[in-house]
Amino acid sequence: MNFLNFLISGVSLGSVYAIIALGYTMVYGIAKMLNFAHGDVIMVGAYVCFFAISRYSLPPLLGVLLAVLLCTVLGIVIEKLAYKPLRAAPSLAVLITAIGVSYFLQNAAQLLWTSNPKVFPSFLDFGETGGIELFGGQLRVSYITIVTIAACVVIMLALTAFTGNTKMGKAMRACSEDKGAAQLMGINVNTTISVTFAIGSGLAAIAGVLLCSAYPTLVPTTGSMPGIKAFTAAVFGGIGSIPGAFLGGLLLGVIEILAKAYISTQLSDAIVFAVLIVVLLIKPTGLLGKPVNEKV
Amino acid sequence: MKKLLSNRNLRSQILTYGFVIAAFVVLQLVAAGGGMSSSLKGMLVPICAYVVMAISLNLTVGVLGELSLGHAGFMSVGAFMGVTAAISLQNAVPAPGLRLLIALLVGAVFAAVVGFLVGIPVLRLKGDYLAIVTLAFGQIIKSIFNNLYIGLDARGFHVSLLQDRTNLEQGGRLILGGPMGISGIQKISTFLAGVILILVCLFVIFNYVNSRTGRAVMALRDNRIAAESIGISATRHKMTAFVLSAAMAGAAGALFALNYSTVVANKFDFNTSILVLVFVVLGGLGNMFGSILAATALTILPEVLREFQDYRMLIYAVVLILVMLGTNNAKLKSLFEKLRPRRREEQS
Repeated sequence: MNFLNFLISGVSLGSVYAIIALGYTMVYGIAKMLNFAHGDVIMVGAYVCFFAISRYSLPPLLGVLLAVLLCTVLGIVIEKLAYKPLRAAPSLAVLITAIGVSYFLQNAAQLLWTSNPKVFPSFLDFGETGGIELFGGQLRVSYITIVTIAACVVIMLALTAFTGNTKMGKAMRACSEDKGAAQLMGINVNTTISVTFAIGSGLAAIAGVLLCSAYPTLVPTTGSMPGIKAFTAAVFGGIGSIPGAFLGGLLLGVIEILAKAYISTQLSDAIVFAVLIVVLLIKPTGLLGKPVNEKV
Repeated sequence: MKKLLSNRNLRSQILTYGFVIAAFVVLQLVAAGGGMSSSLKGMLVPICAYVVMAISLNLTVGVLGELSLGHAGFMSVGAFMGVTAAISLQNAVPAPGLRLLIALLVGAVFAAVVGFLVGIPVLRLKGDYLAIVTLAFGQIIKSIFNNLYIGLDARGFHVSLLQDRTNLEQGGRLILGGPMGISGIQKISTFLAGVILILVCLFVIFNYVNSRTGRAVMALRDNRIAAESIGISATRHKMTAFVLSAAMAGAAGALFALNYSTVVANKFDFNTSILVLVFVVLGGLGNMFGSILAATALTILPEVLREFQDYRMLIYAVVLILVMLGTNNAKLKSLFEKLRPRRREEQS
């Protein structure tokens, strides 16, 4: 029963990682850049939701919507101001700019909201028990866990449908394959990249709210470690692949929780990263990544 | 043509050495004249350590052409092992200069060994996958040092992981105490030692880049398939550069740690790796002189911005973004070139 409990909390944490990783992987797939500021967008989303609910006592759902909306706008603005002028620049320059944006967001958050930890409201814990009890109370699944897992599955299915069927989704796939050819086919590459950033940042806001509902301390650096973990998850599953990010996120969460429970709390991060290294040695492009053959 | 090229190389090398020595002399004179604030004085050794970190990472990123996001890991190996050596030799080697030298060497050797072990899996991968694995190794090294206990007593060294099981005898000393790190370090790092370390590393890198292996590594960076097809062994040559880079980072770590009374593993986290990477990219890939300038300027910048207090890191971030946009955006670049047409003529 213990194992099942750990497994469920692992899947729940993994779902949050997966949502963040989806944003990472979509941006990487299309812009071929590691968006290190992604983790900090999560933090901004969580803060917006926190203030909407606690300070202005808006209904929770409205707070989440507001967070998603603001983060979407933030994502588009960041892309327009910082990344778009560097479309033709070497990837390392874009990487450093992303790091600059990440520093900027963290320090702006510290100035605006101070570094005192905020306790995130547990708006999802309705009812006495705050969850469902199974097997005569031996197994307790909190509502937040259920909501997190459900949100992740819904987002993953919606994204798959979106990239597979809609016009914009097809444009995204075309851009990630070959930007030049996509442009020749009449696809507006700049708009497509902006939309990708918008979706990724909106997802980051949702992830931020879910993350802080499960781990309710909110500080300006809240986003950085989950950001790194989710980035790892995206690579784990094969960066650029949507099912890969989903799978990678879930596996990473489960491995982390199980390592914490059965091996060592302090070394759980080391174990997670060691598993990543082993996986990449066996499959150098991640679990579901496509191998790229070099042509001479 | 070839002679001219090598001459130009030589000239830029001499210029770099000269700059470091001149900066050292000027700073020493200013310090002797009392014209230096104590906070700047305290930063001289860390600046040297960061300069060494920057040029060693530049060897990996600029010369070898692989993105490393875990360079602080090697720095921490050097820091902890170097300090451990310095503490255990406190009585055996009374001269601080010699002890510092031994500590730097021990740090470099241990970092080189770790670099070799990390290099075996890392150098098999490519591009962003390689970058993420170096990040992973950086995190693993940090986790291990956060849970490592090293004690020294009459029976020798005792090492344990996770819990303090060193069971030291009477009079023994717990050197590394897991998350508490090492405390009570004698500060034996000096500015002179730092500058000598920079000069030694520059000498090694310049000679390495112009050696047979160095040229092979650059050929691999520019086109791996073409280089391999003419018989250059990718693994071996990349490994030498990677290990060399790790060893220098280790020495830098030892120098850095011996400047403070305490050192903890969390000092060498992902942010430190990124900080050093920023120095390298800002200074220019493969350009050692640029790395030295960028490392110095960006280490001093937060100090200079101190009067802006809370806003200084925000300004730092904005400066970083603007510099990247200014140096890489085609429109802005052409604007700058229009502003100084004379220089352009000189170049052509």
